Amino acid sequence: MMRNREPRSEDLIKGMTGDWEIVLGLEVHAQVTSKAKLFSGASAEFGAEPNTQVSFVDAAMPGMLPVINRYCVEQAVKTGLGLKAQINLRSIFDRKNYFYPDLPQGYQISQFKNPVVGEGEIVIDLAGGRSEVIGIERLHLEQDAGKSIHDLGPAASHVDLNRSGVALMEIVSKPDMRSADEAKAYVTKLRTILRYLGTCDGNMEEGSLRADVNVSVRKPGGPLGTRCEIKNVNSIRFIGQAIEYEARRQIEILEEGGKIVQETRLFDPKAGETRSMRSKEEAHDYRYFPDPDLLPLELKQADVDAIKARLPELPDDKKARLISEFGLSAYDATVLVGEKATADFFEAVAKGRDAKLASNWVTVELFGALNREGHSIETSPVSAEHLGKLIDLIADGTISGRIAKQIFESMYKTGGDPAEIVEKEGLRQVTDTTAIEAAIDAVIAANPDKVEQAKAKPSLAGWFVGQVMKSTSGKANPQVVNEILARKLGLSSEG
Amino acid sequence: MSVDQNTVRHIARLARIAVRDDELPALAGELNTILDWVEQLGEVDTKGVEPMTSAVAMSMKMRDDVVTAGNLQKEVTENAPRAEDGFYVVPRVVE
Amino acid sequence: MTDLTKLTLAGARDALKKKEFTSLELTDAYLGAIEGAAALNAYVTVTGDEAREMAKASDLKLGKGQGGALEGLPLGIKDLFATKGVLTTACSHILDGFKPPYESQVTSNLWRDGAVMLGKLNNDEFAMGSSNETSFYGPVVNPWRRKGEETKIVPGGSSGGSSSAVAAKLCLAATATDTGGSIRQPAAFTGTVGIKPTYGRCSRWGIVAFASSLDQAGPIARDVRDAAIMLRSMAGYDDKDSTSVDRPVPDYEAALGQSLKGLRVGIPKEYRVDGMPAEIDALWQKGIDWLKAAGAEIVDVSLPHTKYALPTYYIVAPAECSSNLARYDGVRYGLRVEGKDITDMYEKTRAAGFGAEVRRRVLIGTYVLSAGYYDAYYLKAQQVRTLIARDFAEAYTKCDVLLTPTAPSAAFGIGEKTADPLSMYLNDVFTVTVNLAGLPGISVPAGLSSDGLPLGLQLIGKTFDEETLFRVAYALEEAAQFKAEPAVWWRA
Ligand SMILES: [Mg+2]
Ligand SMILES: [Zn+2]
Repeated sequence: MMRNREPRSEDLIKGMTGDWEIVLGLEVHAQVTSKAKLFSGASAEFGAEPNTQVSFVDAAMPGMLPVINRYCVEQAVKTGLGLKAQINLRSIFDRKNYFYPDLPQGYQISQFKNPVVGEGEIVIDLAGGRSEVIGIERLHLEQDAGKSIHDLGPAASHVDLNRSGVALMEIVSKPDMRSADEAKAYVTKLRTILRYLGTCDGNMEEGSLRADVNVSVRKPGGPLGTRCEIKNVNSIRFIGQAIEYEARRQIEILEEGGKIVQETRLFDPKAGETRSMRSKEEAHDYRYFPDPDLLPLELKQADVDAIKARLPELPDDKKARLISEFGLSAYDATVLVGEKATADFFEAVAKGRDAKLASNWVTVELFGALNREGHSIETSPVSAEHLGKLIDLIADGTISGRIAKQIFESMYKTGGDPAEIVEKEGLRQVTDTTAIEAAIDAVIAANPDKVEQAKAKPSLAGWFVGQVMKSTSGKANPQVVNEILARKLGLSSEG
Repeated sequence: MSVDQNTVRHIARLARIAVRDDELPALAGELNTILDWVEQLGEVDTKGVEPMTSAVAMSMKMRDDVVTAGNLQKEVTENAPRAEDGFYVVPRVVE
Repeated sequence: MTDLTKLTLAGARDALKKKEFTSLELTDAYLGAIEGAAALNAYVTVTGDEAREMAKASDLKLGKGQGGALEGLPLGIKDLFATKGVLTTACSHILDGFKPPYESQVTSNLWRDGAVMLGKLNNDEFAMGSSNETSFYGPVVNPWRRKGEETKIVPGGSSGGSSSAVAAKLCLAATATDTGGSIRQPAAFTGTVGIKPTYGRCSRWGIVAFASSLDQAGPIARDVRDAAIMLRSMAGYDDKDSTSVDRPVPDYEAALGQSLKGLRVGIPKEYRVDGMPAEIDALWQKGIDWLKAAGAEIVDVSLPHTKYALPTYYIVAPAECSSNLARYDGVRYGLRVEGKDITDMYEKTRAAGFGAEVRRRVLIGTYVLSAGYYDAYYLKAQQVRTLIARDFAEAYTKCDVLLTPTAPSAAFGIGEKTADPLSMYLNDVFTVTVNLAGLPGISVPAGLSSDGLPLGLQLIGKTFDEETLFRVAYALEEAAQFKAEPAVWWRA
């Protein structure tokens, strides 16, 4: 079942009666990327006018029947394979019965006893290069509910069924996490994998990815405590906050001699606290049974194999390859594979070039600028091709590293080609020894006192380099300047 | 297994059907008669028998991921007891 | 003009082709008959204007020598079938005023073939009943009466409007649905022919669901030929129904009249139940003799789990209906009774909207699916269902078709069994096994009871072997020569 983990002292929470360990399991609802809904032909797109993306099936009109979307099934299988999980060739759709105005059928079609995907695992990446393996319990397909809006009119709720029937993957972890950081890393990594696979866009603002967090506390290594489920947390930051708050709340109750009531809670980001959802607390009995409108979902091993064969390279594999192929540090590699687009960008830049230089330019300069300007890699004004060219210009001595930063800024502003910027702004590095010699001679002639001092104290040569660079607007090749200066000042060229 | 009035009240709640207290005794009686009668299935040895999942022996067909329905706001709301601006309207639901 | 409503569907079809009269004339004749038959309460909605428009359109086609297999033929439609823009209530208060913006697949098939819709036929509320007494619109009356009596007799159920209308010649034929016997039992009670095809043969799309794994549409008609013609149009693969089976629909009419030589007819001994009237037993024996005389070989077979079929059914069907009927919540269509909050609204709406039998079944179904009871009831029932299906599979290694009575008695009086749900449920003892196993079954009128009410014999076939059913049913019909008709007492 759950992994046996030795508690880490850093993860423990100090209480009045001693240390406490948090035990966390997550249920993530990930919207399947598809054109149409799971059991109807209505569009699954976000943000349309109310009830315009609703078929008669979604509105649960009398006599309407579900027919499953093959692509959604394939997406679930693909995700299962990405989680290195067991794919069940026979699975069953069940009805989960309950009444709610945004649940038009009075039941949700889900998978209860026999999900399409069984056990798997995710490796999460943590601070200091630590990683943990988190077990996946299962992944099943189910329908999303509609949306009730409670503030459009007095004493009324307004129901929009556009989301009703959209395909969701519910991905259930084992209770293998022990800190808010691990839970955040888990969702981050799961999101990355889903985006690599293209099975969920991971957009948490639009609700494409929502997490239910099961929190319990116990004495380190002791028996499991009673858990509370925090429903529908929709940002990674909130997941962390909700866990911290909830764990402390439970510890406080236990330390005061109280008991934890198993219940569903809601995280209020404004107040930074979790609250009991009393209205939903009324004894739930979902009366699951196989949906008689559907038949068992049967998959062929050959079809699963075909999906497996087309699986893209996943973040862990990509990270390993970036390390081995490009000699990157584990840290840089982790940062680069966080988004597939970033890793792709890096690879395009690094291909046939100095990987360390490429990694620096992407992770330091480009990421720095993107963060500052609020851009993403997809909207980066600097293309991989141009950044690569810039690195080439440094490598072949056309420009110096210092000038390169100046060119990069211009590239970021204009989206321009670095070679053109070099030509237009006359930034080509001066390697012509005659011109450099003339500039050095001018500086020496103007500062005879400094020349004397430098002869006694060779470290002063740096001041001359600075003066020469200034007089050449930074375009002089620093190596050439050093060599000639050393000769003229009568120092060894290493000086 | 026999259902008492509290059980009837509970399942009526689950089924969202209002039942008056004075209806409970008769309902419990009717349900018990039926449940006692179906209990004879206990006689049947079903060890190792697969439950029927479908009356037809075939695997489920799947449809392509194509949008085939939409823009039916009028059609899906015109039968509603209360609708407004394209929404269905229900008594305020408190969360 | 002679009474056009006397013709069978096949007869009317042929006469229309020969232009002996028009579809409009035929349709008007039926609309007149319906108007005069309010006492039967068979129709809940009559669509006279639409019917006349459809008839006129058919006449244009017929005039050009065109038209489909049912061109210009007026039919009645059970109110369980969604008809676009026409009130569809499943005869429940909870679907008050509901006009579907879509047409059921089965009725679409009928209109595609040129049929004319006369209106919507009464049925037990959500098809839950065996006597058509649970309809929100009141009970349907059987045109048949006991000899020398005026007691109102039930037409069977749940397709009581369909059986009554066909028997009283208020339509040429009717659509019906059968979840536990709702086509065959009413056919037997009214001297008509009703076939429930193999599960998956007719699309369930657009038919108000009762119990999804059991529901199947089929026709009720005046004779075997008419039923064959109707089923051919109604049946067919539908990719909107995941349980619809993709295989071609044969020309069932072509099976009629073929020899029974070499055919093995199984007689299941478990259908000889305690307390069955001797006249039913005698009729069954007559049926055996008729088929033997027609060249069939009679073999004794055993269906050992028969006695568990009804209890199995009364777990599976209520369980499925409790979930299928959850959508009737007062939000998107039908009745709403306002309440102080959403739960109150649901509870009041559903209490007011569902009748006693529907409420009873929803509660039973909710109970058997609830936590702690699922395995003991629902799972157990689905396991027994597997055993029942295996019984049939085993029997079909020895025979090609089974012959049984359709119902354990003739039709009873209105109100005679309503107080005792169990005695009502027992009506389906011979029909329900067929639904549980997904097999086709047909009821053929074979004689009259001692008090003058029709009795039927049932043939049960192998999966998708409706052709054999029609072939044997036709032979039975030929042998029985059932020509009796109810006296017309209802005409206003
Ligand atoms: Mg969940
Ligand atoms: Zn879920």
